[in-house]
Formats: sequence, structure tokens, C-alpha cells
Amino acid sequence: MAADRPRSERMPYDGVVVAAPVTIPYRRYSTNTAHWWVGRAVREVIGAAGLTSADIDGLSLASFTVGPDTAIGLTQHLGLSPRWLDHVPLGGASGVVALRRAARAVQCGDAEFVVCVAGDTNQVDSFRRMLSTFSRFAQDAVYPYGSGGPNASFALITRNYMKRYGATREDFGRICVAQRDNALKFPHALMKKPLTLDEYLGARAISDPIHLFDCVMPCAGAEAFLVCRDDVARSLGLPAARLLATIERHNAFPEDPIQYRGGWALDIAEFYAMAGVTAANVDFVQTYDDYPVICMMQIEDLGFCGKGEGAQFVRANTLTADGSFPHNTSGGQLSVGQAGAAGGFLGLVEAVRQLTGAPLGAAVPDAAIGLVSGFGMITYDRGLASGAALLAGGRA
Amino acid sequence: MTKPLARPKRKDPLKKTRLPLLPAGMRSRTAHGLTAAAAEGRFQLQVCADCAQVVYPPRDACPRCLSHRLPFRDADNRGTLLAETTIRTSTDVYFRERMPWRIGTVALDAGPSIVAHLHGDLREGERTRLQLKLDKSGQAIVMALPAEDTPDMHDDPQWRELTCDPKYRRVLITDGRTAVGQAMAEALSQAGAAIVFVGIADPWKPFPGEDRLRKIERVETVALDLTDTLSVNECAGEFAPKIDILINTAEHVRAGGIIERKGLTVTREELEIRYFGLTRLAQAFGPVLRARGADGVNSAAAFVNLLSVYALANWPAYGAFSAAEAACLSAAQSLRAELRPGGVKVLNVFFGPLETEWYQTVQPPKVAPSALARATVSALQQGLEDVFVGDVAEDIRARLAVNAKALERELGS
Repeated sequence: MAADRPRSERMPYDGVVVAAPVTIPYRRYSTNTAHWWVGRAVREVIGAAGLTSADIDGLSLASFTVGPDTAIGLTQHLGLSPRWLDHVPLGGASGVVALRRAARAVQCGDAEFVVCVAGDTNQVDSFRRMLSTFSRFAQDAVYPYGSGGPNASFALITRNYMKRYGATREDFGRICVAQRDNALKFPHALMKKPLTLDEYLGARAISDPIHLFDCVMPCAGAEAFLVCRDDVARSLGLPAARLLATIERHNAFPEDPIQYRGGWALDIAEFYAMAGVTAANVDFVQTYDDYPVICMMQIEDLGFCGKGEGAQFVRANTLTADGSFPHNTSGGQLSVGQAGAAGGFLGLVEAVRQLTGAPLGAAVPDAAIGLVSGFGMITYDRGLASGAALLAGGRA
Repeated sequence: MTKPLARPKRKDPLKKTRLPLLPAGMRSRTAHGLTAAAAEGRFQLQVCADCAQVVYPPRDACPRCLSHRLPFRDADNRGTLLAETTIRTSTDVYFRERMPWRIGTVALDAGPSIVAHLHGDLREGERTRLQLKLDKSGQAIVMALPAEDTPDMHDDPQWRELTCDPKYRRVLITDGRTAVGQAMAEALSQAGAAIVFVGIADPWKPFPGEDRLRKIERVETVALDLTDTLSVNECAGEFAPKIDILINTAEHVRAGGIIERKGLTVTREELEIRYFGLTRLAQAFGPVLRARGADGVNSAAAFVNLLSVYALANWPAYGAFSAAEAACLSAAQSLRAELRPGGVKVLNVFFGPLETEWYQTVQPPKVAPSALARATVSALQQGLEDVFVGDVAEDIRARLAVNAKALERELGS
């Protein structure tokens, strides 16, 4: 390839905002379908924005359990006639990815109101059935190996990370315990009991070194938000958070024999440059917390400390909403529950609440700039998808 | 260190027999390249024909150069165990009743990382060699072993789940009158079988080697005539619940093609002993074997067919014989599918002419019955599905793979 070929440059997201953050309270198991959960969330977004179904000209869907339907089937099911439609089957990265695609559609005028929704049901045994057929690589090369699911896969990643960087179970415990503190104030969290570090350390082993409180609880639920232009939001009197920058990367560092970093590390410079801020300006961080080791990787790869310094960083900081490094302020999936693809929306929806001054639980004092990170899709031995977004509240 | 297996106690007849379960057996079509290698005990991975990249998991495009030419080739099986985990909670019933279960990530020297089952003597950070094995579902999996053999390593519970090791298992050899049957009895006894039942048709008739056979440790002769349905059923009625490995050593070798034979007498005899004999065994013993596939240390493990390699390609000098062997091979394929729900393997042992009286006029190389028996034991210990014993069998297999039509002409000239 010619070295002097023209390079494309990222355009800023002038005037794109996120509004109407919606969480449909989770349930451990649900007899309802994914369509039911998605429908409720879309209705709430429309209601919160003071719109009607006819106003919605963009729809983005993320769901593992909506099959055999995809987004197109949902248009007829929900009675929407959008002129822009997207289906984002990216699990934990689906929130950030849905947002960045919707943002460009709104910015360029292809759509005015895009509802981004993620919802999944959880029926008894649906988790097992999903695991065995999650991907071709999982079917051929993972599931027949003990069928431990993501617990086993992330146990290997965690074990390697601990050995490589000297992180301990206590360090991961700090993340989980702080999130539980946050969750106790968040009304929709499924975990209602306090968690101490001793309880964390004494929990039963699931797949060493993963123990019970390192694991999310699969559940049913839905999350959604609205993407539109800031002048449109203002005219509707809608509190909204401005989108400053996003990144997205898949299958980064395929040559690493085992995952110890994610795609963020490739794109972080562009990320902060696009937003015109640095990591030091960020008031809170919502990482994707399927397992605490992944939180630690995100803290490193998103530039809050050097590679391998995550354990030291969590020892040196308090991670609660009112702490020195407010992190997963609603409790994250570890304490709220993992409602399938909605787990990839949870941090983003919480960030918009914090930045619009409407947290349902613990508030981050003077939150002006928030960072949301996504990660997902472990089809073989590592999470493939990564992404992040920087958002600003009214005062930033 | 692997704890040596304890001799299983007599089974409490009031206790429920654990029903066999299988690990997830769905595989992509491409992944069956691994199954083919595992069946013969080879370690093969896809190697890109354009850029030589070693590829895993199985793919249909090379992740380095996007070539679609990804044949399975013998690959270097050495690597390092980067990380391990002990799974204590599984979503699958098969593994749930076998917890805890260890798996790990192996960085192969040849390139890719492989998630593998771990042998108990292998520890994180150590060097390892990988083997492809067939699990109870009959599909290929990767097992990581210590770099060097360790004492009693075949007794490792995760390893034994993948093999049909005769140690402490109870064996039935269906015909002890032949040199092969007697060699087999000796080899299985030496391999640590708990008891070796040896079938003898018309036990009152003496036969060569009888005294020696009866002196082999833990050998017990039983009345069994494969040409007699009643005899097979009676034998199964008494012994089937105590048989973990069945080895069909019945043979009927007669020279000649199809045209020279006058009438059907000899052909009928061939089929009576070989094909119908196999069918009688399968019907009488198969259901019990299948039901006992998860019955503890001495669970039912294997149904072994000794097959002439000319089952794969007819040798007209022994043309009618080859045809009967081909019928048995086809039946064995059906048996594989029928016994798989029990996790019971069907092992086909292919061999060329033997050093026995029925191959008197055939030029060497020929296979000694003792070599055939040793190869069978080794294949059981490794959990193989197909094994080729001796130079002729290997040669036929190789020529068949290159050009089946050429082999047909060559065998017929």
C-alpha cells in the first residue's frame, strides 16, 4: 500500500446528544419474551421524550434471545416505520457501537430520532442453550471442554493476568465490593445485600481463580436511550448528554497468545484527541464488568494507569460513586445483573443519567465528563469486541 | 503424580447403574478434520497451503492470508501451558457429574493457542505435548499431557475418560481356538484386564494351544459359538453385564474369488462366521454395553472388530473373503452410531495377511498374531477408532488414499 495515500480523518460529532435513559427493572427469570422487554423499553423512551411512535425514524436493536427475529421483525411487532434500522449483535460492546452508528445517522440527517434498545429475556435453561451454540469456535473448540461457559474462559484470562502482573484476588475484590456499595443505592439492582471483602474472598470457587462474586448473574431486562441532535432535544426540553468521541475495534492483537489487553489500547490516542480531553478530565468511568479482570484491563488500556498497574491503581483509589475514581456507579452487571445484550447498555444508560443530573442511585458529585466502555463476544478464547465513548453533561 | 487406579469393588447389584451421558457433540464440518486425525491417533491441524500458517480452531479461511486451502497436516504437538483453571460448576450434565475438571490454554510452538483438557500431572507454566482424542461423544478434543511420561499416567481420570484402557476391565474374546484369539488373551491379561473370558465353540473338542491358553492368568473359557444364535444369547445372558471390552477374533480365511466357488456353501460359512457372527454378538451384547458406558472405573468401553485390510479394497485372490470382511466393516460403521449414545467406542483393527496356516501360500511380510494383539491393546489404551497393523495394512491404506482406482487394478493383477 502506498505510504503517501490520503488518510481519512474522524469528523467530530457536532451536536449529537443522548437522552431519555431507560432501564426496565431486571428479573432473575422471566416468562416473557425478549420482544416484551424490548417493547417496554421503547415505549418508555418514547414516553420520556414526549414523542409518539410515528416520530421514531430510527431503531437500533441488540438482543441474543429475540430469535428468530432480528431488528426488522421488531419494526412490525412494535408498529414502527423507521427509515434507518440497525441490529447490533455485539453483546457487551453493543451499547457503544449502537450509539456511534446512530450518532452518525442523526448527525448526517438520515434519521432524527433513533431509539437504541437492548433487551433479553432469561428463561430457565436459556443460558445453557445459548452457550453451546454461541459461536462456531465455541461449538468446535470451547464448549466441549468442561462446558464451564464464560466463567472458565475468563478464569484462564484472569489466571494469566494475575501471574503476569501480580494482581491478587483482593485487588479484584476491591472492584466487586465497591460496585456492591453503589448497587445498594440503585433501586433496580438484583443484589440487595452488602458485600465485604472477606465475603468476596471466602466465596465458593466456580472455576479457579474465578469465585462466586466475580461472576454476573444472568437475568432478564432491557435498557434503552434516544439519540438525536442537541437543538432537537432542547426544543423538547429533554435533558441530554453530548457525545464527544467514540472508538470501536474488533479482534485486536490476535497474535497475543492469551488476552491481557483489549482494542482500546490501539485507539486510545485518537479517542481523547477527538474529545479534546484527557483521562484526567474524566469524572467517572463505566467499564464493562463481565469479570473484574476486564475492568482492570479497561482502566489500564483507557489510560488511567500504565499497563500492568491496574492492581496498584485499584489499591490506591476508592471506586465508589463518591470516591476518587467513581466506577460502575449503578453497581454494574456484577451487582445489578446481566440482562443479556442489555448488559452492554447498562453503563451507557447510567452515564447519561449521571450527566443529566438524574441518577437513580448514588450520584457522582459534579459529574461533567463520563467515559463508557464496552467489551464483548468471546467466541473462542478472548473477547473480540471493544469500544468506548466519552460523553459530556450540560456543564462541561 | 497420578494416583494409581484402585481395583474396582464388586458392584452392589441393588445400586442404580449410572446412565451414560455425552459431552456436547456438535461440530462444524471442517472441525471433523480433527476427528479424522484423532480416530487414528495422529496430531493434525490445518496448515495453510499458501502461507504455511498453522490454524486453530478449524477455519475455512486462513486468518493470515485469507487462503481457502487449509488441509489438515501432521503438526508439531509441543507447547507451553500458559494458564489453567479447575472448573467446579458446569452447565452440562456430563461434566457436572465429573467435576472438578481441569482445562487450560496452551501456546503451541507452531503458533496458535489451544484450549485443552489437562492431564493431572501437567501444571501451569510447564511444557506439554498435545494429543487429539475422541471423547465420549465420538468427537475430537485436544488433551494436554506432561512433556514426558509419568508413572501411572494412564490412570488419570480425565485421560481414562478418553481411552478404553483394559486395566481392571473385563474382556470377552470371542474365539479362543485361533492363534489370534490366544495371542489376544495373553496380551489383554498382561495389560491388566480384571478377567479375560475366552469363547470356545464345542469345548469338548481339543484344539492346539489349549493348555497354554488355560494357563494364562485371569483367563476363563466360556462356551460360545458365533454360528449359533442360541449359544451367543446364552453367553450374553450370563456374561454380558460383566463385559467391558468385546473383541471379536472370529476368522474364516479361504482363498479364491467369486466365480471359482461352486455354489454357496463356503460363502455361506464365511458369512455365518463373520457377518452373521458379528450381528449375533452386536444384538446380544450391544444393548448391555451401551447401557453400561458410564458404569464407573470398569465401564463398558469398546467393541473391537478385527478386520482384514481387504475389507477396504477387495483382493481378488481372496475375493469372496474380502467381500465378507467388507460387510463386517460396513456393519461396524453402523455399530459406531448405535453404540455412541453409551459412549462405547468401536475399534476397527485392520491387518494384512497373518503368520497363520490360512495364509500359508502368501508371501511376506505377514503379521504375527502376537503383534496384532499388542497393536490392539495399544489402540485400546490410546482410545483409537481405526488402527492399521503391519506393513501391508499401512501400504493398502496409503495407496487407497492416493488413488483407489489404481489400487483396485493393482490388487486385481
